[in-house]
Amino acid sequence: MSPILFELLLRSIWETVLMTAASGLISLVFGLPLGLALIATERGGIAENLWVNRALGAVINGFRSVPFIILLVALIPLTRLIVGTSIGTWAAIVPLSIAATPYYARIAEVSLREVDKGLIEAARAMGGNRWTIIREVLVPEALPGIVAGFTVTLVTLIGASAMAGAIGAGGLGDLAIRYGYQRFETSVMVAVVIVLIVLVCGIQWVGDRLVVRLDRRG
Amino acid sequence: MRSALERGPQLRFQMARTGNRMNQHITASREIADPTRERPDASQDVVRLVDLKRRFGAMPAIDGISLTVRKGEILGIIGRSGAGKSTLIRCLNGLERPDSGEVFIEGREISRLGERDLQPLRRRIGMIFQHFNLLSAKTVEDNVALPLKIEGRPKAERLARAAELLDLVGLSEKAKAYPASLSGGQKQRVGIARALAARPALLLSDEATSALDPETTRSILALLKDINRQLGLTILLITHEMEVIRSIADRVAVIDAGRIVEQGPVWSVFADPQSDITKSLLGAIRPQLPAELAARLVPGAGVETILRVDVAGEAASSPLLSDLAATITGPFRLVHGGIDHIQQQPVGTLFLSVPGSDARHLAEVITFLRSRQARVEVLGHVADSV
Repeated sequence: MSPILFELLLRSIWETVLMTAASGLISLVFGLPLGLALIATERGGIAENLWVNRALGAVINGFRSVPFIILLVALIPLTRLIVGTSIGTWAAIVPLSIAATPYYARIAEVSLREVDKGLIEAARAMGGNRWTIIREVLVPEALPGIVAGFTVTLVTLIGASAMAGAIGAGGLGDLAIRYGYQRFETSVMVAVVIVLIVLVCGIQWVGDRLVVRLDRRG
Repeated sequence: MRSALERGPQLRFQMARTGNRMNQHITASREIADPTRERPDASQDVVRLVDLKRRFGAMPAIDGISLTVRKGEILGIIGRSGAGKSTLIRCLNGLERPDSGEVFIEGREISRLGERDLQPLRRRIGMIFQHFNLLSAKTVEDNVALPLKIEGRPKAERLARAAELLDLVGLSEKAKAYPASLSGGQKQRVGIARALAARPALLLSDEATSALDPETTRSILALLKDINRQLGLTILLITHEMEVIRSIADRVAVIDAGRIVEQGPVWSVFADPQSDITKSLLGAIRPQLPAELAARLVPGAGVETILRVDVAGEAASSPLLSDLAATITGPFRLVHGGIDHIQQQPVGTLFLSVPGSDARHLAEVITFLRSRQARVEVLGHVADSV
């Protein structure tokens, strides 16, 4: 592999990591509260409100049913509004975040739902309000699942970011298509695949370690 | 309060085998009506329920319960599963809302309070649960300190109080451990410590020992009794096990299908249960006529007559059987039974066999026992010798 290609590879790795990390962080910041809102507003939840619950569910399902490649194009006007351009790494972060947030919200919802209802009752019996229940019970008790779900989301984002190459976002997927596939640079293709494997395994490994450390359920 | 001793003699003929009881006088004599009317010092009541009702769909879970828990006492509520116990106990701290009726906690009506107003009130009421409900992500001391964190106390105070309570329940060395590493009994001790953290006026116990083995159950009950005595803490517990009532309750209320069918001091209810449900719940811990003997009982007549003799108080502490032997001329035989001590009161059930050929001898035995305040019931006769 030539030094130029190698430099391209390094840049692509950085772009992929940047896209994944930024959109992952955004999906965590918005997806977790969304998951909490889903749990809180459902029937028997701590802030039962079935209309809000149905509306949130419908919006989340709506975004999740659009294939990412279409979302990528459909969101161009919004991306332009937020980032100022529809091309490049930062521009890709907008559709990536918007796709990952509802995805992560559903994963968080599943973990939060598994929290024993008896624990919520205990916190209520102690005189805790909704905020106490979220802060002291729901989130800490669901934390292993929340972290494991975040790991899954990050890995999914790495895959999705490859598609973002279609709007000139760069990254490893873009590199593999333009050099590895279209210019028959097998070494680039192999290098990209190896880097992706290492990235995914690394993220999974860190996530699994974290879950083990957090899980006190014995 | 009418006790067994005051009740007039009455012959109860009963076929134990079929359970066809001729006198099914449920309720009646004990304080079924609102007991607060009889006592002027109602200010001492920690809990007062007035005609509480709650239904789920068409099914009434609580169907008109009036009840008082006095300061410093342990009131046990017993009933089969589905009798409405859990719903009842949850009405006391507003986890459940009654459809109608009133709930007074320390004199204040709470059943119509909003969630926000209930929160400070719940801090006056500790609660322990069948499945402990400890937070798995928090250490033992953080679990115990949680009610204080909710109250907004500073961390140093919370930890000091947690240490104090863990010492009280004998788990100081587990302060930094996580609940998953504890045994069931230890988890419930943590649950008790947590329930006491905010110095409540009332402790609610929701089947707190039902998930524990008998030995652990005894130690947890002893701890609750200790806390009741040392701290003067009022305890309301619900259970389906008479053994729990027997061990620690001062008074008992028996509920069935959402209604109180019987209530009173534990020893008195044990000595003279009125309702079938109480008798059946007591069956597990009181002497019963051995099944093979019960199966052979016939009404009419036989060579032996089986008597059930219930004694309580003085009758149970006097030399009843030796006096009987000294007074009557004919023989009699103890088939089964024993004397138990409940709240320091002797309460017992004896099954006697008297030869049935001589009606006068039988009448003599019954008359003597009744003269000694025992309750005598002819269960039936055995055709051939036992």
